[in-house]
Amino acid sequence: MSTADAHRAIEAVWRIESPRLVAALTRIVRDISFAEELAQDALEVALRQWPESGVPRNAGAWLMTTAKRRAIDHFRRDRMAAGKLAALGRDLEEIEQTVPDYDTALDDDIGDDLLRLMFTACHPVLSAEARAALTLRLIGGLTTGEIARAYLVPEATVAQRIVRAKRSIAAAGVPFEVPRGEERAGRLASVLEVIYLIFNEGYAATAGDSWLRPALCEEALRLGRILAGLMPAEAEVHGLLALLEIQASRTAARTGPGGEPVLLLDQDRARWDQLLIRRGLAALARAEALGGGGSYALQAAIAACHARARTAEATDWARIAGLYDALVAVTPSPVVELNRGVAHAFAFGPQAGLDIVDRLLAEPALTSYHLLPSVRGDLLQKLGRMEEAATEFARASQLTRNERERELLEARAAATRGIDRGSDPA
Amino acid sequence: MRFMVIVHATRDTEAGVMPGEELLEAMGKYNAELVKAGVMLDGAGLQPSSKGARVHFSGDRTRVVDGPFTETKELIAGYSVLQCNSREEAIEWVRRMPNPTGEEGIVEIRQLYELDDFGPSEAIETHFRGQDHAAAR
Amino acid sequence: MRFMVIVKATGEYGSPSPEELAEMGRYNEKLIEAGVMKGGEGLLPPSKGALVRFSKAGPTVVDGPFSETKELIGGFWILDVKSKEECLEWVKQIPFGEGEVEVRQIAEVEDFTRDEVSAPALDQEKAWRERGDWDQQIG
Repeated sequence: MSTADAHRAIEAVWRIESPRLVAALTRIVRDISFAEELAQDALEVALRQWPESGVPRNAGAWLMTTAKRRAIDHFRRDRMAAGKLAALGRDLEEIEQTVPDYDTALDDDIGDDLLRLMFTACHPVLSAEARAALTLRLIGGLTTGEIARAYLVPEATVAQRIVRAKRSIAAAGVPFEVPRGEERAGRLASVLEVIYLIFNEGYAATAGDSWLRPALCEEALRLGRILAGLMPAEAEVHGLLALLEIQASRTAARTGPGGEPVLLLDQDRARWDQLLIRRGLAALARAEALGGGGSYALQAAIAACHARARTAEATDWARIAGLYDALVAVTPSPVVELNRGVAHAFAFGPQAGLDIVDRLLAEPALTSYHLLPSVRGDLLQKLGRMEEAATEFARASQLTRNERERELLEARAAATRGIDRGSDPA
Repeated sequence: MRFMVIVHATRDTEAGVMPGEELLEAMGKYNAELVKAGVMLDGAGLQPSSKGARVHFSGDRTRVVDGPFTETKELIAGYSVLQCNSREEAIEWVRRMPNPTGEEGIVEIRQLYELDDFGPSEAIETHFRGQDHAAAR
Repeated sequence: MRFMVIVKATGEYGSPSPEELAEMGRYNEKLIEAGVMKGGEGLLPPSKGALVRFSKAGPTVVDGPFSETKELIGGFWILDVKSKEECLEWVKQIPFGEGEVEVRQIAEVEDFTRDEVSAPALDQEKAWRERGDWDQQIG
């Protein structure tokens, strides 16, 4: 095997092993930066030795042993560090003994460490970007360069972000543990939010090299699956995973031949990934078996309604409307309410939708949101109230920042303006 | 990136010989590792080719030939689909597989075709990307 | 019952023509509207993959070109249907001019009889499958 090949193989091993390695080391040395350093040291030894000796069968255990030896050496040489250890009530012998056999025997311990690391990386003391970068780095095993390319920012920016994040965590004295009690729900919500944000960054593909964006979605999915394995009893964890799997299933259908976005109801469903849909529905079933009334589970249930409909016409809008009724109670947001209005319109007719949407006219959060007048215009048009529809479409066209969207709305405004009152809606 | 991991058939798999308990347990643990790592997407074992068939296409006509088929090395006994960041990662995962058939055997790794380029896509301003009903006309 | 429909590669990995793509798209639509399509993938040439040979000495990675297998898989579908006959009816409708497709039944846990596999192993296997197809060992 050439050295280049060997290095690529070792990188692959690193990608697989580093999160759990860093997690276990963090528990021992109680410092993420130092844990990463030790892990990195072990990698360097591997890069020197494995091209000759071959990748060992249990690479994870090999790396762990090497890193652990370095930790012990360090504490022996650096008396101040040893003093810190003593302050934590631990000593070198204890470290040698308590590090679990990296083989399967105490696999649960390693799982716990990984979970602790996830909660730490997603701590609310950090900004959203910092949490995402740190999570992708520590749990996803991405390099700084990979993270930078995915977010379209310079590598130095990401590097700094990660350094500062680790410092903030140390400064805040964040304990290396899985939160319990009152704190738990909020902290878990923070973890889920990080994963969701990473996914959306990839899903929205707002600018730049879009080919990297699917990689972010994949990474978020992977993180979600890992979390679901670590917290199998949490409904919202499965709910989020279900939502991501189902949304990801539509990736291939979301852009048209010219790169233009294709709305859900217009998508070619033959291009929806059935494997991901099946996985999403399975995750949703787990969420629902565990209670399922949370925000992510409900959003996933809505996505599942679409996924199950073989054509747009077959969509169970009544069910979606009911799910939105539940969702708005859990996540009271004007945007959710607007979507609820649309669902009710599809399910029970345009007037039912308008009854909901009209109540949003006074909502300050939506004053510059183009979709409110856009939806209102659509419903008014369906009810034959053409002049009002035209006014709404015109307003919407002025609010949107999307060129293509604006043209479409202007066209609808012109079309509805030109129709006599009393004639059939287009 | 996605990869298909194809376990090629052996005389035993074609004869419908069940894997022993030890191997079943080892495979179960291995699959659990893949699931925990978030890389396992799908997987299944296949019944021997005696329960299968081949369909030959020629112009407008089709011809069905029932199994079993004799070229064991050309047959597959099972598959899985993995999500990995590189070909090397897929290879590393397969190296860790307990010998799937317990004898001399081949496991083939093939990358799945995926759409590489989605083209520029404009953000749909919404709380609920991809299922914004307000944006759906 | 689930079947794997394996498309044998012709050896050429050229891009399909727009007409071929459209035809295949229509076929996939039919599969989906009938609710039988549970998966479908195309495979890139073997040069993008690898071969791992397992023996008593352990696994050995073999890089291409592969001399081990002459026939290559080009792609596959997973179909969920009521019978092998139904599966074959769907297969016959694949818009291929020339080619060969192999149909194999997927081994569900129910297919193993208790005589062949010990009860605890079978229960464990079933538990893994029930929790969503290879997913999640709870507890």
